[in-house]
Amino acid sequence: MQAPGDKASPLVATLGGGVLPGWAPYGVVAGSALFAAAVLLGAGAFSVALLLVASTVVSCLAIYLWSRAVEGRRRAFDRLVTFAVVAAFALALVPLLSLLFEVAKRGLPGLDWEFLTGSPRGIVGGGGAAHAIVGTVVITGVAAVISVPIGIMAALYLTEYGGGRLRRALTFFVDVMTGIPSIVAGLFAYALFAIFLGPGIRLGVMGSVALSVLMIPIVIRSSEEVLKIVPNDLREAAYALGTPKWKTIVKVVLPTALAGLITGVMIAVARIVGETAPLLVTTGVVDSINSNPLEGRMQNLAVYAYSEYRTPGVMKEASYDRAWAAALTLIAIVMILNLVARLVYRRYRTEIR
Amino acid sequence: MGAPPFTAGSPRRWGDRIFSNLAVGAAVTILALLAGVALFLLIEALPAASAGADRLPEGKSLVDYIAPLAFGTVLAATIAVLIAVPLAVAAALFISHIAPRRIVLALGYLVDLLAAVPSIVYGLWGIFVLGPAAVPVLEWLEAKLGFIPFFAGPASSTGRTMLVAGLVLAVMILPIVSAVAREVFSQTPRQLQEGALALGATRWEMIRMTVLPFGKSSIVSGAMLGLGRALGETMAVTIILSVSGIVTFNLISQANPSTIAANIALDFPESSGLAVNTLIASGLVLFAITLVTNLAARAIIARQNVQ
Repeated sequence: MQAPGDKASPLVATLGGGVLPGWAPYGVVAGSALFAAAVLLGAGAFSVALLLVASTVVSCLAIYLWSRAVEGRRRAFDRLVTFAVVAAFALALVPLLSLLFEVAKRGLPGLDWEFLTGSPRGIVGGGGAAHAIVGTVVITGVAAVISVPIGIMAALYLTEYGGGRLRRALTFFVDVMTGIPSIVAGLFAYALFAIFLGPGIRLGVMGSVALSVLMIPIVIRSSEEVLKIVPNDLREAAYALGTPKWKTIVKVVLPTALAGLITGVMIAVARIVGETAPLLVTTGVVDSINSNPLEGRMQNLAVYAYSEYRTPGVMKEASYDRAWAAALTLIAIVMILNLVARLVYRRYRTEIR
Repeated sequence: MGAPPFTAGSPRRWGDRIFSNLAVGAAVTILALLAGVALFLLIEALPAASAGADRLPEGKSLVDYIAPLAFGTVLAATIAVLIAVPLAVAAALFISHIAPRRIVLALGYLVDLLAAVPSIVYGLWGIFVLGPAAVPVLEWLEAKLGFIPFFAGPASSTGRTMLVAGLVLAVMILPIVSAVAREVFSQTPRQLQEGALALGATRWEMIRMTVLPFGKSSIVSGAMLGLGRALGETMAVTIILSVSGIVTFNLISQANPSTIAANIALDFPESSGLAVNTLIASGLVLFAITLVTNLAARAIIARQNVQ
């Protein structure tokens, strides 16, 4: 929301008398940065981090003092707060930028054809991550196959059928479910399978069950959102033509919401594809390619990155490179899923007027 | 949403019955799943609760084993919330009230991106990038603020400390706190805001008198949700923290208490027998702690919606 009074207007001017020129904030920032750089260089303690901190402090001070002299106390404090808020926002984004930059820088060297297609089986301190990529696809795929039908049906229950206590209970417990720590979901899957198949068990499908616990509430939430905005007129028009309710849902409601549903599922997959902790306790670590979720341990990218870091081989640096390459692959998958999800929604959503 | 009446026994009627049963079935499955989480954890945790201290890991009783971990969990999460909340509120204010309208969507997307990064990547970034970068700051804290118990030192030379772990957790929970606050900030009634401006308030005075009071409970509930996240966050802490099982408020040294989640991730793969049951019992405690936190957050949100 853009507040009036951003541009120097006569009304604001009456607060203190004068008004700072429109370029004042930018000028102050540039001037403060130059000043801070000069002081730091003069003191011989120059570093980028220090420069950023120093110029932030100096510019906050400068804008306050300048504005106070020209515009008065209240307007000056307003400018100071604006500066502080912008600085805090920038500070919040510094980790993101640093992280993306470092992952790209350290991950790219290790990300070659061998990494994507080779497996480390029988190779000491080398090999690729094909087994982890296969495992990620299988585990996540099975998780999606479990979660999507349950999630969408539950969302349909909430929007089309639900009423009374079951509905209220479901809404409430879906909220509870979104708060389950991922490691607890992993322990649950382990406990479930250990009771029936004996302790110490590790299977790909256990990981999928754990991820489903995390994925189902996300699917329900996003599906419920898009199903809610399907206009009632459409449903009533279908009923008026004598269409049964279930057919109305299948032929009218779901197609109208389809783009939104797909987007929601993709974002949910993006959320769980990088999960490490629940898989660490359920699918184990293994060197060979395994594409059968019902038998034996199964590697995946996130756990692979972790174990390359935690138990590096003889050549430590090569292991770390592979950990970063796996991290880069994961981030790439997550970003692509997010991007495609947004594109799908923009391109194919049904215009609802 | 009443469906038209049908003659009993017609095939349409069957379709409806099957479909609605499927929907109810899905709803019940989810409730059963959640009950199952609590139940199966409880079953697997029981052997550890009934076993004597001499048979448990480290020869400690279950309570003595979990208590320091619970302390570390709460400590790390508290640091994260203390750091994240002010930044998240500022980010929310920036996006809802200060940033030019054209770039608001893009900025929101950037903040959400922080939530999309997998925790393992945060862990690697924390130990290889942020940790080493933080060492001079830790040393400075020890030298200048060493009289405060939090910064008593000796400062770690690798940055694998509670403070750095808390910082990374703060980055990870910032998006959720910010999203909750932003949502409510942007719902502040327009009349209030315009009224304040019309009376001659500056933008900050308008925010302070209308937006912040309106969004106060959303900040609290967002912080609680963030706390819940931070309590259960595993990989970043597992990788970053160098743990030694002690209980200390010293945030910058090499010896740190572990957290429940990190302890499970570290020990579970190599454990067997009662050690597994013990770890599951600690997981149950973590589940209970996050549950209470989240319920409190939801209760605050619900009360706010009623108003």
